[in-house]
This record gives sequence, C-alpha cells and structure tokens, in this order.
Amino acid sequence: MTEVQVKSAENGVNVEALLGARNALGETPEAGRFVWRATNEWVHGTHSRSSVRSYYGLGGEHEHKSEFDFEADHPLVFAAEDNAATPVEIVLVGLASCLTAGVAAVAQNREIQLNSVKATVEGDMDIQGILGADPDVRNGFSNIRVTYDIDADATPEDIRSLVAQSQKRSAVFDIVTNPTNVTVEVT
Amino acid sequence: MRTTAVVIGAGHTGLATSHCLAALGIDHVVIERGEVGHSWRTERWESLKLLTPNWLTRLPGLAYDGDDPDGYMDAAEVVAFLKRYARLVGPELWRRTNVESVTASADGYQVTTDRGPMACSAVVIASGGFNIARLPPFASSLPVDVESLTPFDYTSPASLPPGGVLVVGASASGVQIAEEVQRSGRPVTLAVGEHVRMPRLYRGRDIFWWLDRSGLHDERWDEIEDVARARRVPSPQLVGSKPRSTLDLNALTAEGVRLVGRLAGIADGRAQFSGSLANKCALADLKQGRLLDTFDEWATCHGLDGVVEAPERPAPTRLPDSPDLALDFAREGIRSVIWTTGFEADHSWLHLPVFDRKGRLRHDGGVVAPGLYRTGLTFLRRRKSSFIHGAGDDACDLTRHLADHVGAATDLWQDAGLRSVAAR
Repeated sequence: MTEVQVKSAENGVNVEALLGARNALGETPEAGRFVWRATNEWVHGTHSRSSVRSYYGLGGEHEHKSEFDFEADHPLVFAAEDNAATPVEIVLVGLASCLTAGVAAVAQNREIQLNSVKATVEGDMDIQGILGADPDVRNGFSNIRVTYDIDADATPEDIRSLVAQSQKRSAVFDIVTNPTNVTVEVT
Repeated sequence: MRTTAVVIGAGHTGLATSHCLAALGIDHVVIERGEVGHSWRTERWESLKLLTPNWLTRLPGLAYDGDDPDGYMDAAEVVAFLKRYARLVGPELWRRTNVESVTASADGYQVTTDRGPMACSAVVIASGGFNIARLPPFASSLPVDVESLTPFDYTSPASLPPGGVLVVGASASGVQIAEEVQRSGRPVTLAVGEHVRMPRLYRGRDIFWWLDRSGLHDERWDEIEDVARARRVPSPQLVGSKPRSTLDLNALTAEGVRLVGRLAGIADGRAQFSGSLANKCALADLKQGRLLDTFDEWATCHGLDGVVEAPERPAPTRLPDSPDLALDFAREGIRSVIWTTGFEADHSWLHLPVFDRKGRLRHDGGVVAPGLYRTGLTFLRRRKSSFIHGAGDDACDLTRHLADHVGAATDLWQDAGLRSVAAR
C-alpha cells in the first residue's frame, strides 16, 4: 500500500473554523461586532499595570482562559525606573504579533508549511514632539519598519505574498496606518 | 542717500512707528511696495471684516470717531482709516517701491530698493506678519482636478467651482469662509485641529472689551511663561458681523457644515482626518471656560457684577457621534480645498544672520539686532501686538529703543572722534 495523499501544511491554525465563522457572519453580521477591553492602573511614577480578561463578541460576553497582565514604564534615559517596556514598544509588539498571526493563518490557508517566522520591528520617533520642544514634530512614530525572516516550504515570491496578505487583513496594521476616533472621558 | 531710520511698510504698524519717530525728532523714510494699506487693498476676501470692534480701532494720534462704535470695519474702511492716518502722520513716503534687500553696512544698514539704495542707522520692519499662506507639505498631493486656494486666492463663494468644499483649519479665516461658502449652497467639510473658541459677546459686551479692559491684551512677552507657545496660538473663532453673533463650531454645525478632525494626509484621491476631534474640542471648551472664569473674577474684583450681565457659559461643542475619518474627493464631489492653515511673514529680502534653524526671525520683543526692529507679529511685545490697537504701544517702545540706539551710535562716533583728536 502506497501513501499517495499529499501532506498538508500544519501550522496550528484552525482555518476551517475561521472560514466557517466568515460564512456564519454572512447570515448574522451583528455577531461580528466585538468589543475588546483592557483596564489600566497607575502604580508609581510612569509605571502602570494593565489587565485583559473579558471581551464581547458573537453576541455575548466572553472571558479569556485567565487574566493577562501587562506592565509598562519608561526607561532610565527618561529619568524613569524602567520597570517594564515603554508603551510605544508595546504598540510595536502588538503590530508584530498581529502580522505574525496573520502570516501563520494565511500560510495555513494556502497550504504552506512554515518552519520558522521571525520579525524585527523598529519605530522612529523624535522625542522633541512629546517634550513639546518643536510643534512641527509629531508625538508618535514617523516611520515603522518591520523585517520578516521566514523559512517556509514555498518560493520567495509566495513568502512575500504571505506577508503582503497578512498586512491587508491585519487589525493592528490598520490601527497604526489609519486614523481612529478616540474619546477619553473622566468619570 | 542716507537717513537715520527706514521703516519698511506703510500699514498700521509702519505709520504708527513713523508717528513715534517724528515725535522723537528722528528723521526717517517710510518705504511702501504699493499704496498705504496695500495688503488691505489687494489681499483680502470680499466679505472680510476686522475681528475688533470700531471703538477699539485706535493708533497713536487717531482713534475711530464714526457713528458705529460697535461695528466692524471692512477692508475698504480700514484703508480709508489708514489713509486718514497717513495724512495726519505725514511721513516722507516712498510709494510703489519694492525693498529688494536689507544688508549690514559699516555704520548701520543698507536698504536696497528698486528706486536705488538707502543707507541708515536703523531699520524697522513693518511689512506685516501674515504675508504667506502656510500649507502642509501634502497640499501638493491633491487630485489635479480639485482646485486649491489660499485665503489670498479666495474672493467669494461665487469664485469657487460648484460642488463640495473642504476648508482646512478652523481659526478665524477658516470658520468665516466655511460659513459663507456653506450658505452659498456648496456643502462644506471643515477639518478642525487645535483652535481657540470665543463668544462674540460675553455678558453683553464684545469679547474684545473684556480682553482690553481686563488687561489681558496688555500682557507682555517677557512676563509670560512660554512666549514661543503663545506666539503660535491660532487666531480666535470670531467674525465681525452685524448681528454680533458667535461663530463657533456649534454655529457651523447648525448651518450644516460637516466637522472632521485635523487633516492628516492626502493620498490616492482621498483625504484622511485625525481621530482627535473630540479632544481638540474638549481642549478648546476648557480653555474658553478658563478665559471666561478670568473675566468673571476680574469683573467681581472691579465691582462690575451689577453693571454687566450675569455670567454664562456657552454650551459644550457638539460633535457627530463618529466623525468621518476619510473623504474621497471624486466620490463626494469635492471640487475645491481652501487652506486656512495659517500665515507667516516674508523675510526673504532680509539678508542678515537673524534667523533660527527653522528660518524664523529671532527677536526679543521686536528687537532683532542692534538698530533692527520688527513690528506687527503675533505677541511681539504684547498679547495685542498683531491687532491694530496693539501697534501703538509697541511702536512707542521700539522707537524709544531705536532713539537710544542711534543716540548711542552718535555718542560712540563722537567718542571715537575725540579719541582720534587726543591721539594726535
């Protein structure tokens, strides 16, 4: 007996479930409306702690398997205590995590086996903006560069296409490249 | 030719400077590129009126004496007022003369004009603070079929192509143009960044009555904490209209103007707006509240509480639930963009090392260098410096400084002469 079945890729992403969800949303689009949440509490100085536990989606409340905590602070060169990563670094983490998840999902859908995926993210910032030293300098990043090093059973062109498609479907890529209405209230 | 001082520009600050120089007995020439009040003749849209009420229109030696003290002058009335002032001051005036360069010389400055050079000990630059429209770098990315205008190009709504209009910037020029364009039947989208909200009337008095009487407009550049920031504060959302009505964002919303956030960029036929509109409006509302609190405290302090109307607070700025973040010029039929994004002074002819690394004129309360002065810039010496009624006090201060300088120069010259005699 000879094995003729082509070995399919196994990247650990349940594409069938995702595609099923996409079809289901065609019938009940309101189920697609999610609300993501985090809470944040000041610790001391520029140090704060955030927690993520519940979110809303598919028409109801959900809980993560456990509460996830994130710390943020500012570095010693900002005369802070450097207890944790800087919030802007956490934004870069969010972007890279989202793009990498997208690369895995798209590869799975395209039957491409990934062997390793590594990304480096850099954001350029002129701190004259946040210090109010120069009104012509924006507070945020002027440029963000992401570099992917991917080993996969695919041609270089297919790999570039994976990365391109991942950006096209990435929530965080959209968040950092397009404006969003933000309201901040005080209770 | 030689004179003691050259004044560049015969607008309100140049003429006020001339008045003060004459009073000090300092001989001088006023050089004007066109006629008296040139920019008011040639660079103003048709409906434009002063932000300040007539009773506040005063220069050293001449104050408004007409029969409508609470009205606001249009450009022709400003020109008539300035012509009258020029006759009163009677300077030696070189009309229709362009200054090509100002350079340093061994004993002062050389002002080169298209009618020849003039040597002098001192120069007062009174050529206006609002010569060039400042545009964001992405202004050049507009689709080619969308007309792009600055307030210098704009004359009236009828001069615009039919269709929607994007007005970028919500300071005085922006809100005034947005209102009249919307009323002409062209739907206006107004991109709103940082802005200054003020009611036209507060407790029954013009807002400029409060600014003037409370002393706020007399605050000096060397008394406040961050003058660089104060000089960047945009012009207030005001219009000098007959009903003396407030022209804030709520008034524009009531007219049907669509409010969006600060214009962040233009690409592929689309404009993108910042999601910070709610915060920009909250900042302006809070700042307006602090200003009115200041006026209330001042009124109580001066026993005016029974004299003027009771304190009031304008309603907070109303915003769309979810302001639009993008606009497609072709799909939405937006055919023109008006850039009311601020102005800057033109110093391209000033060939002296008096600029900072960003090309802005360095000065300390209008004193640029020994014998070199600037007038009429925002918060030059006082909060009122860029308004007509602000010209007088600044001109008095700077001409006194100038008199000391040319006097000192004369003394030095005499000292040097005496020393050379003694050495012989």
